[in-house]
Order: sequence, then structure tokens, then C-alpha cells
Amino acid sequence: MGMAAESQFHVLAVDDSLFDRKLIERLLQKSSCQVTTVDSGSKALEFLGLRQSTDSNDPNAFSKAPVNHQVVEVNLIITDYCMPGMTGYDLLKKVKESSAFRDIPVVIMSSENVPARISRCLEEGAEEFFLKPVRLADLNKLKPHMMKTKLKNQKLEEIETTSKVENGVPTAVADPEIKDSTNIEIEILPLQQDLLLVQQEEQTLSINNKRKSVEEGISTDRARPRFDGIATAV
Amino acid sequence: MNTIVVAQLQRQFQDYIVSLYQQGFLDNQFSELRKLQDEGTPDFVAEVVSLFFDDCSKLINTMSISLERPDNVDFKQVDSGVHQLKGSSSSVGARRVKNVCISFKECCDVQNREGCLRCLQQVDYEYKMLKTKLQDLFNLEKQILQAGGTIPQVDIN
Repeated sequence: MGMAAESQFHVLAVDDSLFDRKLIERLLQKSSCQVTTVDSGSKALEFLGLRQSTDSNDPNAFSKAPVNHQVVEVNLIITDYCMPGMTGYDLLKKVKESSAFRDIPVVIMSSENVPARISRCLEEGAEEFFLKPVRLADLNKLKPHMMKTKLKNQKLEEIETTSKVENGVPTAVADPEIKDSTNIEIEILPLQQDLLLVQQEEQTLSINNKRKSVEEGISTDRARPRFDGIATAV
Repeated sequence: MNTIVVAQLQRQFQDYIVSLYQQGFLDNQFSELRKLQDEGTPDFVAEVVSLFFDDCSKLINTMSISLERPDNVDFKQVDSGVHQLKGSSSSVGARRVKNVCISFKECCDVQNREGCLRCLQQVDYEYKMLKTKLQDLFNLEKQILQAGGTIPQVDIN
């Protein structure tokens, strides 16, 4: 069938800073992802095939349909928030408004901790909001989101002949509940009360909690020292 | 003979990088950067740091031009430069540069041109100082590798 043997995920990384693109690219490679980097929201939309100068995409077409011009499967989009022209939020909206691409998980990065902005992005459908500098431990949280996309695409390949979509649009509050034989170790940041326990290892949690993401984003104690082990590849 | 040389160089490297942390030039994020370097990407840290210093030079030059005209300072443009500089200095672990950026931003917010000029001079000094020290560090790395040794892992947490 269409089941792919390779388990590598493909991430589209969007950042206007060459410096930060290098960083995020290396982080993702270290997490065993395949990475495509672009320097603006416009380029990201071009890559996805959402923004064509000549053709207009059929909003009801499948992501695999030739009319979308998508050559490469994208399992995740990670974008900076603050970019000239189209912001990360604008890009997020465009993706979520597209019936062909709304299922691609989107993650926002920012160097500024602005709670209202974080809330707005999560409400619009972002899966996570990371404060820069992004760390390897942050990226561990992304694996369930990418896995969800991967499995969905595999299902779509199997039922490519039918146009019916069984699953509804995932809401912003939905938690990923994928149970897989692959051992996914998800690390979360220590809680505020663990500040004094610098040596303590990070806790593992099987389910990503969006409320937790908001809490982490709101934390003003970003500068506290953290001990992060290198992410172990499965 | 070679083993003794390698051990000496490794000790020298360790002492030097520890002093950079202790003197506040670097913070934990630099350790994060070094974790991303491996046999496949042996020059990753040097590459990224080089990009950072290029950014510093360009941004400082741009902000300097903006601050030159005392009667018509474009504080929005200066603020944008400080924002970028603060972001990249955070990402590379350039702690002193980042700290100057924090003060710099405060001067921008209240449109204090004199304060901005002082911060600009200070950030220029700090990034050049760090550039020199990191070049020395990378030279030590090269010497260790040429002598057939491995770069020691030094984590400060």
C-alpha cells in the first residue's frame, strides 16, 4: 500500500532571520526531522502551493490532489511570530483557513512573552507557542503533533478514492491521543515550584496540555537555569 | 608526547570556557548551541556565531546612522534593531550583549537619545570583546583537533 517505511517528519520552518533559521534547522535535524526553511510567510505559502499568481486553488481539494501543487508532504509548520509583512499569526490564519492544509499543525515562536498574543495564536489553532531561544526539549513536544499528521496522511492515502472526511476539524482545545508502538518520550519544563530543584530531571507527560502551554508562555521567569538532557532518538 | 600536549590543550580549553561563563560573557544557551554540534556538523557553533557577529555589525551600523541626527531620530527603527539584536544575542548565549540590549530598549521606549548612544557604544564594545574571546576559544579547539584530541564537554548550569 502507500505506507511509508521511513518515519522521518518533514518540517517547514519560517523565520526572517538567517541566524535563527540556522538554529531551528539544526535543532530539527537533531530531532531527526527533515527541514525546509523559508524566510517569510509568503514563501511558506508559495511552498505549500497556497499562493499562486496564476491559479487559484480549489478549497475543497485534498492535500494530495495535483491542483494544490504540493509536491512534498509537510508534517508541521514552525514559524516566527514577528516578521515584516506577513506575521506568523497571519500565516497561521491562512493555513487554518485552507481546507487543504488546516490539518497541518502550526507552531509559533517568539522572543517576546506577550500573553495576549500567545492566547490569540492558540485560539486561532496553533498547537504550541515557544519562547525563543527554542531548545531541544521544546521540540520533543512536537512529535505527537507530527505523528498525528503522518498517520492521517497515511489513512488518506489508503482511502484516496473516497472524498468523505470522517474526522471533523480538530478544535484548538483537542489533545492528541495517538497511541503508538514507538516510545515517545515527552518532556515538559519544570513547574514553578521546582525552581529550587535545579538538578531534578524533567517530568515526562504523555499528553500535551494546551493550558500548560499557556501557563509556560505566561511565566516571567524564563531566565531561570534549566538542565536539559539531549533528546534521545528512538 | 602528543598525549601530554592534548591534555594540556584540553585543560586550557576547559579553563577558558569556564572563565567566559563566570565573567558573564556567555550563558547557558551557549551550552545548548554546543550540544547541536557533532561529527556531521563540526563547525556549527563557529558558523552561527559568525552570523551573529555579522548581524551585530550591521545592526549597530544601522542604529548608529539613525541616532546621528539629533533632531530627527527614528526611534522606531532603532527599537527594531535592538529587538533583533536582543533576540539573536539570547539565541547564541551572548549574555552581556543581551543585557545591554535590555537597557537599550528602555532608552528607546522613553526616546532618550543620549541613553541610546551610550548603550550603542556599550553594545559595540561588548560584542567586539566577545568576538575576540570566542575566536581564541575556537583557535584552542582547532589546536586540540590538530593534535588528535577531542573537544571536552563543559556544561555550566
